[in-house]
Amino acid sequence: MASVHLPRSLVTLFPDPPPRQLELDAATVLELVEQLEERWPGVRDRLCQPGPAFREHINVFIDGERVGIDARLSATSVVHFIPAVAGG
Amino acid sequence: MGRRVQLLLGTRKGAFILESDPARREWDLRGPYCETWPIHHLIRSPDGTLYAGGGSPWYGASVWRSEDEGTTWTQSSEGLTYGEDGPKLMTVWNLTASDGSLFAGVEPAGLFRSEDRGATWLHVSGLRDHPSRPSWEPGNGGLCLHSIVPHPTERERMWVGISAVGAFATDDGGHTWEARNHGVRADFMPDPHPEFGQCVHKLALHPARPDVLYQQNHCGVYRTDDGGRGWTEITPGLPSQFGFPLVVHPHDPRTIFVIPLNGDDKGRHMIDGATAVWRSSDAGDSWQRLSDGLPQQDAYLGVLREAMATDSLEPAGIYLGTSNGQVFASADEGGSWRQVADYLPAVWSVETSIVED
Repeated sequence: MASVHLPRSLVTLFPDPPPRQLELDAATVLELVEQLEERWPGVRDRLCQPGPAFREHINVFIDGERVGIDARLSATSVVHFIPAVAGG
Repeated sequence: MGRRVQLLLGTRKGAFILESDPARREWDLRGPYCETWPIHHLIRSPDGTLYAGGGSPWYGASVWRSEDEGTTWTQSSEGLTYGEDGPKLMTVWNLTASDGSLFAGVEPAGLFRSEDRGATWLHVSGLRDHPSRPSWEPGNGGLCLHSIVPHPTERERMWVGISAVGAFATDDGGHTWEARNHGVRADFMPDPHPEFGQCVHKLALHPARPDVLYQQNHCGVYRTDDGGRGWTEITPGLPSQFGFPLVVHPHDPRTIFVIPLNGDDKGRHMIDGATAVWRSSDAGDSWQRLSDGLPQQDAYLGVLREAMATDSLEPAGIYLGTSNGQVFASADEGGSWRQVADYLPAVWSVETSIVED
């Protein structure tokens, strides 16, 4: 099971919000996003643009390495979704 | 609580609601809503639902919905896309409810329709199929569809305004569209009278005279008496041709309000730092400056295209929100004004709603 960490600014968009941290069994990051979408409809649109690809300012890391949407997961992967830091 | 007047505010950092009794002297503020996303437009549909349109730099464009006066919100952008091969949809500029449908004007310019109260969206693709589309160019605010003007009784008819492309109309429910810019100047173009490319800033009509439309343009203020087939300039009498919002009096189709700013290349703020709304009571033939209660010194305020509104009371209330975070209100049709909010994020839109408990 991958350990998935979601940003506060994402989970607060949903009336029945996802937890900030959860365990999911998925082979790729895309599959992980689809599992999130099944439980919290709309979350895919917030993270991804058509393609699908991650939105420009959504950074995803597996075990500290920045990855794309097709990256593979292992049973011990730690996945962080991190919106880019910005000013203003 | 009885009858209440609400000002629905879209701002650079969230949506807010100002609320008063019908005297419209004391106002209470609540918000911010929508997780402080940039919100271009907050409206109330005829069934009482609140909708907010905007876009997050991180999470994209979306339309928010609240059925409990803003206490809780859901948001969706399902279908709000040009697809994998199309341009990335940046944000929602305008929401307009009409005859059970909800329309969204977006950037890059396009029109979307929802028949399920904002849960899913359908692209009104006929507009972007217009042969002029490859030549559409953005204005300073982006290539945005900011004005959606449905015909009040004929469901198949609608006008839209796009910066900096101009006004378009459909008579067949959005399948085909026609540019309606004849008579409107585009001084910044090599040909100042093109078929399209005019920088319309706001389109508006009064439901009692649906073929009379008004527009505040980058290059003047205009009126059409034939649904946009020909426009007549009504700028003479105003101190500047440049401004953003234009609203029509709720009970008088011949009375309109604009806010002239000092010019497109001079800061786009109040002329000489003195705040004023200008009113015409004769469909643009003459103009009157309204400033009683508005700051007249060192007030370098800007008011954007969606940031002026009227209410439906008698006498009508007029409201404006500034890019500097103030809201000013008049309960007597612009005769006198008071500041009713300050220190807000930049106000991008003002709408009104009369709520009965």
